[in-house]
Amino acid sequence: MTIEAKLRDGGLSQSDVVNLKRRLFLKRGLSLSALTLLSGCEITNTGPVDGFLRMISRMNDGVQAALFRPNKLARTFPESMVAPEFRFNAQYGADSVPTINPATWRLELAGAIANKQPWTLEELRALPQTSYVARHVCVEGWSMIGQWGGVPLRALLEKVGADLSAKYVMFRCDDPINYSSGWDVASALHPQTILCLTYAGRPIEPKFGAPMRLKSTVKLGFKQPKYITSIELTNDFRGGYWEDLGYNWFAGV
Amino acid sequence: MNAQSEYVILHPRVVPYAHWCWALGVIILIGSGWQIYNQEPIFAFFTFPSWATIGLGSYESAERAHNDIGLAGALLWHFAAMWLLFISLTVFVIYGFVSGHFRKHFLPIWPSQVLADLLAALRGRLDHRLGVRNAVQKLLYVGALLLMLLMLWSGLVLWKPVQFEEIGVPLGNYEGARYVHFFGMAGIVLFIIVHVALTLLVPKVLPPMITGRARRSAVAVQAQGDA
Repeated sequence: MTIEAKLRDGGLSQSDVVNLKRRLFLKRGLSLSALTLLSGCEITNTGPVDGFLRMISRMNDGVQAALFRPNKLARTFPESMVAPEFRFNAQYGADSVPTINPATWRLELAGAIANKQPWTLEELRALPQTSYVARHVCVEGWSMIGQWGGVPLRALLEKVGADLSAKYVMFRCDDPINYSSGWDVASALHPQTILCLTYAGRPIEPKFGAPMRLKSTVKLGFKQPKYITSIELTNDFRGGYWEDLGYNWFAGV
Repeated sequence: MNAQSEYVILHPRVVPYAHWCWALGVIILIGSGWQIYNQEPIFAFFTFPSWATIGLGSYESAERAHNDIGLAGALLWHFAAMWLLFISLTVFVIYGFVSGHFRKHFLPIWPSQVLADLLAALRGRLDHRLGVRNAVQKLLYVGALLLMLLMLWSGLVLWKPVQFEEIGVPLGNYEGARYVHFFGMAGIVLFIIVHVALTLLVPKVLPPMITGRARRSAVAVQAQGDA
Protein backbone atom coordinates (compact mmCIF):
# COMPACT_ATOMS: atom_id res chain seq x y z
CA MET A 1 0.00 0.00 0.00
CA THR A 2 1.44 3.37 -0.95
CA ILE A 3 1.64 6.26 1.48
CA GLU A 4 -0.78 8.15 -0.73
CA ALA A 5 -3.36 5.36 -0.38
CA LYS A 6 -2.84 5.18 3.41
CA LEU A 7 -3.23 8.97 3.60
CA ARG A 8 -6.51 8.67 1.79
CA ASP A 9 -7.87 5.70 3.71
CA GLY A 10 -6.31 6.46 7.09
CA GLY A 11 -4.01 4.06 8.95
CA LEU A 12 -0.71 5.95 8.69
CA SER A 13 1.94 4.45 10.98
CA GLN A 14 4.74 6.29 12.80
CA SER A 15 7.28 5.19 10.19
CA ASP A 16 5.04 6.41 7.38
CA VAL A 17 4.97 9.86 8.93
CA VAL A 18 8.76 9.90 9.24
CA ASN A 19 8.95 8.77 5.64
CA LEU A 20 6.66 11.59 4.55
CA LYS A 21 8.69 14.12 6.51
CA ARG A 22 11.85 12.91 4.77
CA ARG A 23 10.19 13.22 1.39
CA LEU A 24 9.03 16.74 2.10
CA PHE A 25 12.49 17.68 3.34
CA LEU A 26 14.09 16.33 0.16
CA LYS A 27 11.54 18.09 -2.00
CA ARG A 28 12.12 21.40 -0.23
CA GLY A 29 15.85 20.95 -0.53
CA LEU A 30 15.51 20.34 -4.24
CA SER A 31 13.26 23.34 -4.79
CA LEU A 32 15.64 25.48 -2.79
CA SER A 33 18.65 24.41 -4.84
CA ALA A 34 16.63 24.86 -8.01
CA LEU A 35 15.80 28.38 -6.89
CA THR A 36 19.46 29.18 -6.21
CA LEU A 37 20.36 27.78 -9.58
CA LEU A 38 17.68 29.82 -11.27
CA SER A 39 18.19 33.02 -9.33
CA GLY A 40 19.38 34.46 -12.61
CA CYS A 41 15.93 33.83 -14.01
CA GLU A 42 13.96 34.88 -10.96
CA ILE A 43 15.42 38.37 -11.40
CA THR A 44 13.66 38.54 -14.78
CA ASN A 45 10.65 40.51 -13.66
CA THR A 46 12.35 42.77 -11.13
CA GLY A 47 12.65 46.49 -11.81
CA PRO A 48 16.28 46.94 -12.93
CA VAL A 49 16.51 43.85 -15.15
CA ASP A 50 13.08 44.34 -16.68
CA GLY A 51 13.92 48.02 -17.16
CA PHE A 52 17.21 47.24 -18.88
CA LEU A 53 15.60 44.66 -21.18
CA ARG A 54 12.80 47.09 -22.04
CA MET A 55 15.42 49.70 -22.90
CA ILE A 56 16.97 47.28 -25.42
CA SER A 57 13.47 46.56 -26.70
CA ARG A 58 13.01 50.30 -27.37
CA MET A 59 16.35 50.26 -29.21
CA ASN A 60 15.02 47.40 -31.31
CA ASP A 61 12.05 49.64 -32.21
CA GLY A 62 14.52 52.02 -33.84
CA VAL A 63 16.23 49.21 -35.72
CA GLN A 64 12.86 47.95 -36.98
CA ALA A 65 11.81 51.41 -38.12
CA ALA A 66 15.06 51.62 -40.11
CA LEU A 67 14.49 48.18 -41.65
CA PHE A 68 10.88 48.96 -42.58
CA ARG A 69 10.24 49.09 -46.33
CA PRO A 70 7.15 51.30 -46.85
CA ASN A 71 6.32 49.90 -50.28
CA LYS A 72 7.19 46.24 -49.69
CA LEU A 73 3.95 44.28 -50.00
CA ALA A 74 3.52 41.07 -48.04
CA ARG A 75 3.03 37.91 -50.03
CA THR A 76 -0.60 37.20 -50.91
CA PHE A 77 -2.25 33.82 -51.48
CA PRO A 78 -5.14 32.36 -53.50
CA GLU A 79 -8.58 32.54 -51.88
CA SER A 80 -8.62 28.75 -51.60
CA MET A 81 -6.07 29.06 -48.78
CA VAL A 82 -8.27 31.25 -46.57
CA ALA A 83 -9.02 29.65 -43.20
CA PRO A 84 -12.83 29.24 -42.95
CA GLU A 85 -12.77 29.54 -39.16
CA PHE A 86 -10.12 31.92 -37.86
CA ARG A 87 -8.48 31.46 -34.47
CA PHE A 88 -9.98 33.58 -31.71
CA ASN A 89 -7.41 35.24 -29.46
CA ALA A 90 -8.06 37.87 -26.79
CA GLN A 91 -7.31 38.63 -23.18
CA TYR A 92 -10.97 37.83 -22.39
CA GLY A 93 -13.09 34.85 -23.38
CA ALA A 94 -15.19 34.62 -26.54
CA ASP A 95 -18.29 34.89 -24.32
CA SER A 96 -17.35 38.36 -23.06
CA VAL A 97 -16.59 40.04 -26.39
CA PRO A 98 -18.38 43.36 -26.78
CA THR A 99 -21.41 43.53 -29.05
CA ILE A 100 -21.41 46.99 -30.55
CA ASN A 101 -24.49 48.38 -32.26
CA PRO A 102 -23.30 49.15 -35.80
CA ALA A 103 -25.99 51.82 -36.23
CA THR A 104 -24.78 53.94 -33.31
CA TRP A 105 -21.07 53.13 -33.63
CA ARG A 106 -18.86 56.10 -34.56
CA LEU A 107 -15.19 56.41 -35.41
CA GLU A 108 -13.83 59.43 -33.57
CA LEU A 109 -10.84 61.32 -34.95
CA ALA A 110 -8.45 63.25 -32.74
CA GLY A 111 -5.11 65.05 -32.70
CA ALA A 112 -3.37 66.43 -35.80
CA ILE A 113 -6.33 65.95 -38.15
CA ALA A 114 -8.04 68.83 -40.00
CA ASN A 115 -11.56 67.39 -40.23
CA LYS A 116 -12.43 65.65 -36.97
CA GLN A 117 -16.03 64.85 -37.97
CA PRO A 118 -16.79 61.30 -36.64
CA TRP A 119 -17.43 58.58 -39.22
CA THR A 120 -20.36 56.19 -39.36
CA LEU A 121 -20.07 52.62 -40.57
CA GLU A 122 -22.13 53.45 -43.67
CA GLU A 123 -19.75 56.27 -44.56
CA LEU A 124 -16.74 53.95 -44.24
CA ARG A 125 -18.47 51.34 -46.40
CA ALA A 126 -19.07 53.99 -49.06
CA LEU A 127 -15.32 54.63 -49.47
CA PRO A 128 -13.32 52.59 -52.02
CA GLN A 129 -12.61 49.16 -50.53
CA THR A 130 -9.65 46.86 -50.90
CA SER A 131 -9.06 43.25 -49.87
CA TYR A 132 -6.21 40.75 -49.70
CA VAL A 133 -5.42 37.18 -48.68
CA ALA A 134 -2.34 37.19 -46.48
CA ARG A 135 -0.67 35.62 -43.46
CA HIS A 136 -1.51 36.83 -39.98
CA VAL A 137 1.39 36.34 -37.54
CA CYS A 138 0.84 36.23 -33.79
CA VAL A 139 3.51 37.14 -31.22
CA GLU A 140 2.79 33.75 -29.62
CA GLY A 141 4.28 32.01 -32.66
CA TRP A 142 1.23 30.81 -34.60
CA SER A 143 0.22 32.12 -37.99
CA MET A 144 -2.84 31.75 -40.22
CA ILE A 145 -3.93 32.78 -43.68
CA GLY A 146 -7.08 34.87 -43.94
CA GLN A 147 -8.89 37.29 -46.23
CA TRP A 148 -9.54 40.79 -44.94
CA GLY A 149 -11.27 43.70 -46.64
CA GLY A 150 -11.90 47.35 -45.86
CA VAL A 151 -10.69 50.91 -46.31
CA PRO A 152 -6.96 51.58 -46.66
CA LEU A 153 -6.06 53.64 -43.59
CA ARG A 154 -3.95 55.91 -45.78
CA ALA A 155 -7.00 56.82 -47.89
CA LEU A 156 -9.01 57.83 -44.83
CA LEU A 157 -6.15 59.79 -43.27
CA GLU A 158 -5.58 61.70 -46.50
CA LYS A 159 -9.30 62.36 -46.88
CA VAL A 160 -9.65 63.90 -43.41
CA GLY A 161 -6.53 66.00 -43.76
CA ALA A 162 -4.38 64.20 -41.21
CA ASP A 163 -0.89 65.61 -40.65
CA LEU A 164 1.11 62.73 -42.14
CA SER A 165 4.34 64.23 -40.85
CA ALA A 166 3.18 63.41 -37.30
CA LYS A 167 5.08 60.57 -35.64
CA TYR A 168 2.44 58.33 -34.12
CA VAL A 169 -1.07 57.01 -34.63
CA MET A 170 -3.02 55.85 -31.59
CA PHE A 171 -5.92 53.42 -31.83
CA ARG A 172 -8.36 53.15 -28.93
CA CYS A 173 -11.02 50.50 -28.48
CA ASP A 174 -14.37 49.93 -26.83
CA ASP A 175 -13.80 46.56 -25.15
CA PRO A 176 -13.68 45.19 -21.57
CA ILE A 177 -9.97 46.04 -21.11
CA ASN A 178 -9.87 49.45 -22.85
CA TYR A 179 -7.46 48.02 -25.39
CA SER A 180 -5.23 50.41 -27.30
CA SER A 181 -2.16 50.39 -29.51
CA GLY A 182 0.22 53.07 -30.77
CA TRP A 183 1.79 52.87 -34.21
CA ASP A 184 4.50 54.60 -36.21
CA VAL A 185 2.94 56.62 -39.04
CA ALA A 186 5.01 54.88 -41.76
CA SER A 187 3.44 51.48 -40.96
CA ALA A 188 -0.01 53.09 -40.76
CA LEU A 189 0.42 54.39 -44.33
CA HIS A 190 1.44 50.97 -45.72
CA PRO A 191 -0.89 49.93 -48.58
CA GLN A 192 -1.90 46.73 -46.73
CA THR A 193 -2.87 48.54 -43.52
CA ILE A 194 -6.65 48.78 -43.60
CA LEU A 195 -9.65 49.65 -41.46
CA CYS A 196 -11.06 46.17 -41.73
CA LEU A 197 -14.79 45.65 -42.19
CA THR A 198 -14.97 42.16 -43.73
CA TYR A 199 -13.49 38.69 -43.38
CA ALA A 200 -13.78 36.28 -46.32
CA GLY A 201 -16.23 38.70 -47.96
CA ARG A 202 -18.65 38.92 -45.01
CA PRO A 203 -18.84 41.58 -42.26
CA ILE A 204 -16.42 40.72 -39.44
CA GLU A 205 -17.98 38.90 -36.49
CA PRO A 206 -18.17 40.40 -32.96
CA LYS A 207 -15.39 38.13 -31.69
CA PHE A 208 -13.05 39.43 -34.40
CA GLY A 209 -13.70 43.09 -33.65
CA ALA A 210 -17.03 44.08 -35.25
CA PRO A 211 -17.86 46.54 -36.53
CA MET A 212 -14.31 47.69 -37.33
CA ARG A 213 -10.80 46.52 -36.53
CA LEU A 214 -7.36 47.34 -37.81
CA LYS A 215 -5.71 44.82 -40.15
CA SER A 216 -2.19 44.94 -41.51
CA THR A 217 0.44 42.68 -43.00
CA VAL A 218 3.34 44.60 -41.47
CA LYS A 219 2.61 44.18 -37.75
CA LEU A 220 2.09 41.30 -35.32
CA GLY A 221 -1.51 40.44 -34.41
CA PHE A 222 -1.60 42.27 -31.07
CA LYS A 223 -0.85 45.55 -32.90
CA GLN A 224 -4.11 45.19 -34.86
CA PRO A 225 -6.80 46.22 -32.39
CA LYS A 226 -10.46 45.21 -32.60
CA TYR A 227 -13.54 47.33 -31.73
CA ILE A 228 -11.76 50.56 -32.65
CA THR A 229 -13.62 53.74 -31.72
CA SER A 230 -10.96 56.39 -32.09
CA ILE A 231 -7.86 57.28 -34.09
CA GLU A 232 -5.45 59.98 -32.95
CA LEU A 233 -2.49 61.48 -34.83
CA THR A 234 0.18 62.80 -32.48
CA ASN A 235 3.86 63.56 -31.98
CA ASP A 236 3.76 62.28 -28.39
CA PHE A 237 4.85 58.70 -27.97
CA ARG A 238 1.92 56.39 -27.33
CA GLY A 239 2.33 52.89 -25.90
CA GLY A 240 -0.60 50.53 -25.78
CA TYR A 241 -2.14 47.72 -23.76
CA TRP A 242 0.48 45.00 -24.35
CA GLU A 243 3.24 47.48 -25.17
CA ASP A 244 2.99 49.00 -21.69
CA LEU A 245 3.17 45.48 -20.26
CA GLY A 246 6.57 44.86 -21.86
CA TYR A 247 5.76 43.61 -25.35
CA ASN A 248 7.84 45.16 -28.09
CA TRP A 249 6.33 48.43 -29.25
CA PHE A 250 7.17 48.40 -32.98
CA ALA A 251 6.32 44.69 -33.35
CA GLY A 252 6.72 44.82 -37.13
CA VAL A 253 6.97 41.71 -39.26
CA MET B 1 60.68 38.84 -21.13
CA ASN B 2 60.76 35.59 -19.30
CA ALA B 3 56.97 35.26 -19.52
CA GLN B 4 57.18 35.76 -23.26
CA SER B 5 59.42 32.82 -23.73
CA GLU B 6 57.47 30.66 -21.31
CA TYR B 7 54.03 31.31 -22.80
CA VAL B 8 52.77 31.44 -26.35
CA ILE B 9 49.60 33.00 -27.69
CA LEU B 10 47.42 29.99 -28.44
CA HIS B 11 44.24 31.84 -29.38
CA PRO B 12 44.31 35.36 -30.83
CA ARG B 13 42.28 37.63 -28.55
CA VAL B 14 39.16 37.63 -30.75
CA VAL B 15 38.72 33.86 -30.30
CA PRO B 16 38.14 33.76 -26.52
CA TYR B 17 36.05 36.94 -26.70
CA ALA B 18 33.83 35.47 -29.39
CA HIS B 19 33.69 32.11 -27.62
CA TRP B 20 32.38 33.51 -24.32
CA CYS B 21 29.97 35.89 -26.06
CA TRP B 22 28.53 32.85 -27.81
CA ALA B 23 28.44 30.82 -24.59
CA LEU B 24 26.47 33.52 -22.79
CA GLY B 25 24.34 34.57 -25.76
CA VAL B 26 23.46 31.06 -26.88
CA ILE B 27 22.48 29.92 -23.38
CA ILE B 28 20.17 32.93 -22.94
CA LEU B 29 18.76 32.43 -26.44
CA ILE B 30 18.10 28.73 -25.85
CA GLY B 31 16.54 29.26 -22.42
CA SER B 32 14.28 32.09 -23.54
CA GLY B 33 13.57 30.30 -26.82
CA TRP B 34 12.25 27.31 -24.88
CA GLN B 35 9.90 29.60 -22.97
CA ILE B 36 8.72 31.21 -26.22
CA TYR B 37 8.23 27.72 -27.72
CA ASN B 38 6.08 26.72 -24.72
CA GLN B 39 3.58 29.47 -25.54
CA GLU B 40 2.75 27.80 -28.86
CA PRO B 41 4.43 24.37 -29.09
CA ILE B 42 5.25 23.13 -32.59
CA PHE B 43 4.75 19.58 -31.32
CA ALA B 44 1.61 19.33 -29.20
CA PHE B 45 3.07 16.49 -27.15
CA PHE B 46 6.26 18.31 -26.22
CA THR B 47 7.00 21.37 -24.08
CA PHE B 48 10.10 22.35 -22.14
CA PRO B 49 10.07 22.19 -18.31
CA SER B 50 9.67 25.77 -17.12
CA TRP B 51 12.53 25.44 -14.58
CA ALA B 52 14.90 25.09 -17.56
CA THR B 53 13.66 28.20 -19.33
CA ILE B 54 14.65 31.85 -19.06
CA GLY B 55 12.25 34.77 -18.90
CA LEU B 56 9.32 33.34 -16.97
CA GLY B 57 10.65 34.20 -13.53
CA SER B 58 7.61 32.83 -11.79
CA TYR B 59 3.99 32.72 -12.87
CA GLU B 60 3.20 35.26 -10.14
CA SER B 61 5.88 37.76 -11.17
CA ALA B 62 5.17 37.28 -14.89
CA GLU B 63 1.52 38.04 -14.30
CA ARG B 64 2.38 41.06 -12.18
CA ALA B 65 4.92 42.50 -14.64
CA HIS B 66 3.48 41.42 -17.99
CA ASN B 67 -0.02 40.06 -17.36
CA ASP B 68 0.97 36.82 -19.12
CA ILE B 69 2.47 33.38 -18.48
CA GLY B 70 6.06 34.20 -19.35
CA LEU B 71 6.05 35.21 -23.01
CA ALA B 72 6.95 38.91 -22.68
CA GLY B 73 9.87 38.22 -20.33
CA ALA B 74 11.23 35.52 -22.62
CA LEU B 75 10.87 37.72 -25.71
CA LEU B 76 12.69 40.57 -23.95
CA TRP B 77 15.62 38.26 -23.11
CA HIS B 78 15.61 36.69 -26.59
CA PHE B 79 15.69 39.97 -28.49
CA ALA B 80 18.40 41.36 -26.20
CA ALA B 81 20.67 38.29 -26.38
CA MET B 82 20.32 38.14 -30.16
CA TRP B 83 22.58 41.20 -30.33
CA LEU B 84 25.30 39.41 -28.40
CA LEU B 85 25.21 36.56 -30.90
CA PHE B 86 24.74 38.76 -33.95
CA ILE B 87 27.67 41.07 -33.18
CA SER B 88 30.12 38.38 -32.01
CA LEU B 89 29.25 36.09 -34.90
CA THR B 90 29.61 38.86 -37.49
CA VAL B 91 32.95 40.01 -36.07
CA PHE B 92 34.26 36.44 -35.87
CA VAL B 93 33.18 35.42 -39.37
CA ILE B 94 34.76 38.53 -40.89
CA TYR B 95 37.91 37.94 -38.82
CA GLY B 96 37.96 34.25 -39.80
CA PHE B 97 37.96 35.02 -43.50
CA VAL B 98 40.19 38.09 -43.46
CA SER B 99 42.90 36.71 -41.14
CA GLY B 100 42.98 33.26 -42.69
CA HIS B 101 41.90 31.68 -39.37
CA PHE B 102 39.30 29.48 -41.10
CA ARG B 103 41.69 28.39 -43.83
CA LYS B 104 44.48 27.66 -41.37
CA HIS B 105 42.58 25.95 -38.56
CA PHE B 106 39.27 24.66 -39.91
CA LEU B 107 39.93 23.61 -43.49
CA PRO B 108 40.20 21.26 -45.22
CA ILE B 109 38.15 18.59 -43.48
CA TRP B 110 38.60 15.22 -45.21
CA PRO B 111 35.95 12.57 -44.42
CA SER B 112 38.63 9.86 -44.24
CA GLN B 113 40.55 11.91 -41.67
CA VAL B 114 37.36 12.52 -39.64
CA LEU B 115 36.70 8.78 -39.58
CA ALA B 116 40.29 7.92 -38.62
CA ASP B 117 40.37 10.53 -35.84
CA LEU B 118 36.94 9.50 -34.58
CA LEU B 119 37.99 5.84 -34.34
CA ALA B 120 41.24 6.82 -32.63
CA ALA B 121 39.34 8.99 -30.16
CA LEU B 122 36.90 6.18 -29.37
CA ARG B 123 39.83 3.86 -28.68
CA GLY B 124 41.31 6.55 -26.44
CA ARG B 125 44.35 6.85 -28.66
CA LEU B 126 43.80 10.30 -30.13
CA ASP B 127 46.69 12.50 -29.17
CA HIS B 128 45.41 15.87 -27.97
CA ARG B 129 48.01 18.58 -28.30
CA LEU B 130 47.13 22.20 -27.67
CA GLY B 131 47.12 24.28 -30.81
CA VAL B 132 46.26 21.45 -33.17
CA ARG B 133 42.65 20.66 -34.06
CA ASN B 134 41.97 17.12 -35.17
CA ALA B 135 39.51 16.44 -37.95
CA VAL B 136 36.61 15.63 -35.58
CA GLN B 137 37.14 18.90 -33.75
CA LYS B 138 37.28 20.82 -37.01
CA LEU B 139 34.03 19.24 -38.13
CA LEU B 140 32.33 20.02 -34.79
CA TYR B 141 33.50 23.64 -34.73
CA VAL B 142 32.62 24.33 -38.34
CA GLY B 143 29.27 22.60 -37.74
CA ALA B 144 28.56 24.76 -34.67
CA LEU B 145 29.48 27.92 -36.58
CA LEU B 146 27.22 26.97 -39.47
CA LEU B 147 24.40 26.11 -37.04
CA MET B 148 24.70 29.52 -35.40
CA LEU B 149 24.54 31.16 -38.82
CA LEU B 150 21.47 29.04 -39.64
CA MET B 151 19.85 30.20 -36.39
CA LEU B 152 20.60 33.80 -37.28
CA TRP B 153 19.11 33.28 -40.74
CA SER B 154 15.94 31.52 -39.58
CA GLY B 155 15.68 33.95 -36.67
CA LEU B 156 15.66 36.92 -39.05
CA VAL B 157 12.89 35.24 -41.06
CA LEU B 158 10.79 34.65 -37.92
CA TRP B 159 11.39 38.20 -36.71
CA LYS B 160 10.61 39.85 -40.07
CA PRO B 161 8.79 37.42 -42.38
CA VAL B 162 7.60 40.32 -44.56
CA GLN B 163 10.61 42.67 -44.59
CA PHE B 164 12.99 39.71 -45.08
CA GLU B 165 10.60 37.69 -47.23
CA GLU B 166 13.24 37.05 -49.91
CA ILE B 167 15.62 35.21 -47.58
CA GLY B 168 12.69 33.29 -46.10
CA VAL B 169 11.82 31.45 -49.30
CA PRO B 170 14.59 28.79 -49.08
CA LEU B 171 13.53 28.00 -45.50
CA GLY B 172 9.84 27.61 -46.33
CA ASN B 173 8.91 31.13 -45.16
CA TYR B 174 7.53 31.80 -41.69
CA GLU B 175 6.14 28.36 -40.89
CA GLY B 176 9.16 26.57 -42.38
CA ALA B 177 11.56 28.81 -40.46
CA ARG B 178 9.88 27.77 -37.20
CA TYR B 179 10.98 24.18 -37.83
CA VAL B 180 14.46 25.20 -39.00
CA HIS B 181 14.87 27.36 -35.89
CA PHE B 182 13.71 24.50 -33.66
CA PHE B 183 15.94 21.78 -35.13
CA GLY B 184 18.88 24.17 -35.40
CA MET B 185 18.48 24.75 -31.66
CA ALA B 186 18.43 20.98 -31.09
CA GLY B 187 21.69 20.68 -33.07
CA ILE B 188 23.35 23.39 -30.98
CA VAL B 189 22.21 21.73 -27.75
CA LEU B 190 23.79 18.46 -28.97
CA PHE B 191 26.99 20.31 -29.82
CA ILE B 192 27.10 21.92 -26.36
CA ILE B 193 26.69 18.52 -24.68
CA VAL B 194 29.55 16.98 -26.72
CA HIS B 195 31.70 20.12 -26.41
CA VAL B 196 31.36 20.34 -22.61
CA ALA B 197 31.86 16.58 -22.20
CA LEU B 198 35.08 16.69 -24.25
CA THR B 199 36.32 19.70 -22.29
CA LEU B 200 35.74 17.81 -19.04
CA LEU B 201 37.75 14.89 -20.48
CA VAL B 202 40.62 17.16 -21.55
CA PRO B 203 40.41 20.08 -19.09
CA LYS B 204 43.79 21.54 -20.10
CA VAL B 205 42.11 23.14 -23.13
CA LEU B 206 39.97 25.38 -20.89
CA PRO B 207 42.50 27.92 -19.46
CA PRO B 208 43.81 28.95 -22.91
CA MET B 209 40.19 29.66 -23.98
CA ILE B 210 40.04 32.14 -21.09
CA THR B 211 43.50 33.74 -21.21
CA GLY B 212 44.34 33.05 -24.83
CA ARG B 213 47.79 31.82 -23.70
CA ALA B 214 49.35 28.45 -22.94
CA ARG B 215 52.71 27.22 -21.67
CA ARG B 216 55.10 26.79 -24.54
CA SER B 217 55.95 23.29 -23.32
CA ALA B 218 52.29 22.23 -23.57
CA VAL B 219 51.75 23.45 -27.10
CA ALA B 220 52.36 21.43 -30.23
CA VAL B 221 55.54 22.51 -32.02
CA GLN B 222 53.76 23.42 -35.25
CA ALA B 223 51.41 25.77 -33.35
CA GLN B 224 54.15 27.67 -31.52
CA GLY B 225 54.58 31.17 -32.78
CA ASP B 226 51.20 30.79 -34.42
CA ALA B 227 48.62 33.44 -33.70
